[in-house]
Amino acid sequence: MQLIAVLRKEVLIQWRTRAGAAAVLVFGATTLLLFSFAVGPSAESLEKNAAGFLWLALLLSSTLALSESFQSEWEQRGLEGLLLLPVSAHAIFFAKAIANWLMLFLLGVFLLPVMVVLYNATPSRPIEMTGIILLGSAGLSAPGTLYAAMAAASRARQSLLPLLLFPLVVPVLLASVKATSLLMHGDPMGQLRSWTILLLAFDAIYWSLCGLLFRRVVDE
Amino acid sequence: MNDRAPTIVASELGRRYGSRWALVDVSFEQPGGTVWLVAGANGSGKSTLLLLLASAIRIDRGSATVEGIDVAADPFSVRSRLSLLSHSAYTYEALTAMEHLSIFAQLMKKDDDRSSLRALLERVGLHERGDEPVSAFSAGMRKRLSLARVLLRDAPVVLLDEPYGQLDPAGFGFMDGLITSLRAGGRTVLVASHQIDRMSRLADHALVLDLGRLVYSGPPRGLSDLAVLQTKSGAACN
Repeated sequence: MQLIAVLRKEVLIQWRTRAGAAAVLVFGATTLLLFSFAVGPSAESLEKNAAGFLWLALLLSSTLALSESFQSEWEQRGLEGLLLLPVSAHAIFFAKAIANWLMLFLLGVFLLPVMVVLYNATPSRPIEMTGIILLGSAGLSAPGTLYAAMAAASRARQSLLPLLLFPLVVPVLLASVKATSLLMHGDPMGQLRSWTILLLAFDAIYWSLCGLLFRRVVDE
Repeated sequence: MNDRAPTIVASELGRRYGSRWALVDVSFEQPGGTVWLVAGANGSGKSTLLLLLASAIRIDRGSATVEGIDVAADPFSVRSRLSLLSHSAYTYEALTAMEHLSIFAQLMKKDDDRSSLRALLERVGLHERGDEPVSAFSAGMRKRLSLARVLLRDAPVVLLDEPYGQLDPAGFGFMDGLITSLRAGGRTVLVASHQIDRMSRLADHALVLDLGRLVYSGPPRGLSDLAVLQTKSGAACN
C-alpha cells in the first residue's frame, strides 16, 4: 500500500515534469547520432557496434534521468518529509526504483528505432529485444536510484553519480550489449540464454542489495 | 507543571554539528496533554531539539523517549506517534495540494476520500487553491498545506517548529485555535517559537535554550523579561 502511494507520487511527478523527460530522450538520440559521426560512414562498422552504442547512449542518458528523479526530493526536502513518517524505507526505494525503471525502459524503447534508422541494425526478434531492454534497464535503475540518493545531497551530484554508477553496472552493461548483439547478428552458439540468465542474476542482486542499503544512505 | 505521566522525556540530550555542540545536556519531562513552549534566540538549538525528538537527526549524547519509546532505538515507532511541522514544507513542486493530501492519506492509511480532504483544505484556508500545483504557492500557503498534513495525521504528540512563521494575521488566529484544540484533544504539543507573548498565553510551561543549553524551565509568564531572550536577539521576543 505504501509502495503504491509513493509510486503514484513518482509517476505523477514524472508526468508533470515530462519536459525534462523529453530532454533526456533527445539527449539519448543525439548521443546515438554522435556515435555514428565518430565511427564514420562505414555501414558495416556502425551495424557491428550498434548494440554497444545503444546501451552506452542509454547509460549516459540514465544519469540525467536518475539525477532528475531526486531533484524534486531536495527542492523542498520532500524525501526528508517522507522519512519522518512511519513509512518503510524499502517502500520508498522500490517505488522510486520502479518509476526509474519504467522511465529507462521507455527511453530504451524510444532509442531502439533511432538506432535502427541510424545504424541500419535491426533486431531479428523484437519481443526478445524488448525483454532485454526491460532487464537491462532494471539493472541500471536499482543501483542508479541508490547512488542518485547518495549523490543528491552532494554539490557535485552531476559528476558524482556517473563516477559511482558506471563501474558498478559494468556486468549489466556487458550482458545487455552481448544479448542485444546476439539478437541483431544471430546466435549460432546459443549464447543468448546464458547472457539473459546473467542479466537476471545481476538484476536480482542489485535490487535486493540496493533495497537493503537504501535506509543507511538516507538515514541522515 | 502537572502530575500526569511524562510523554516526552529528554535526558542529557546532545547534538553536535561538526565540532560545535548545538545542544548540550538538555533534560526535561513533558507530561501528556500539555502545551510547552521552547524559546531562545536564533541558533539556540530549538529546531535541533525538535528534530532530535522527531528522529530526523541522530542523537550524539544522552537519550530521549516519546510515549516511553526510545527515539534512537526505535525511530519507526516514534514516527508513528509523532507529527512534526518543520521549517521545511516537505512538499513537491509539481503536485497539487489535493494530491499531496491524498498521497499522504494513502501512506498513513487514513481516509483519502476527496470530500474529506477538501474539508481539511477548507479548514486551513486552501480550498480554493487545492487543485493548483504547489509551485504556485506562497511560503504561507505551503505552511498551511504542511498544517493540513499535521491535522490529517492526528498524532498524539505534535512538534511545531516556528508555527507562526510565514503566516498572515488570520493565520496567527488559526494557529492559536489549533494549538488550543490540540490540547483540548489531549495531544502533547511542543512548540518552538519566537512569539513569546502569544505563546505565553497558550503554553503551560516554557523551556528557554541559550547556545544549546537549557537555561530556564518554568512558567511561561514573564518570559519576555528574561535577560537571555532580550540580549541575544531582540527580535526573538516578537
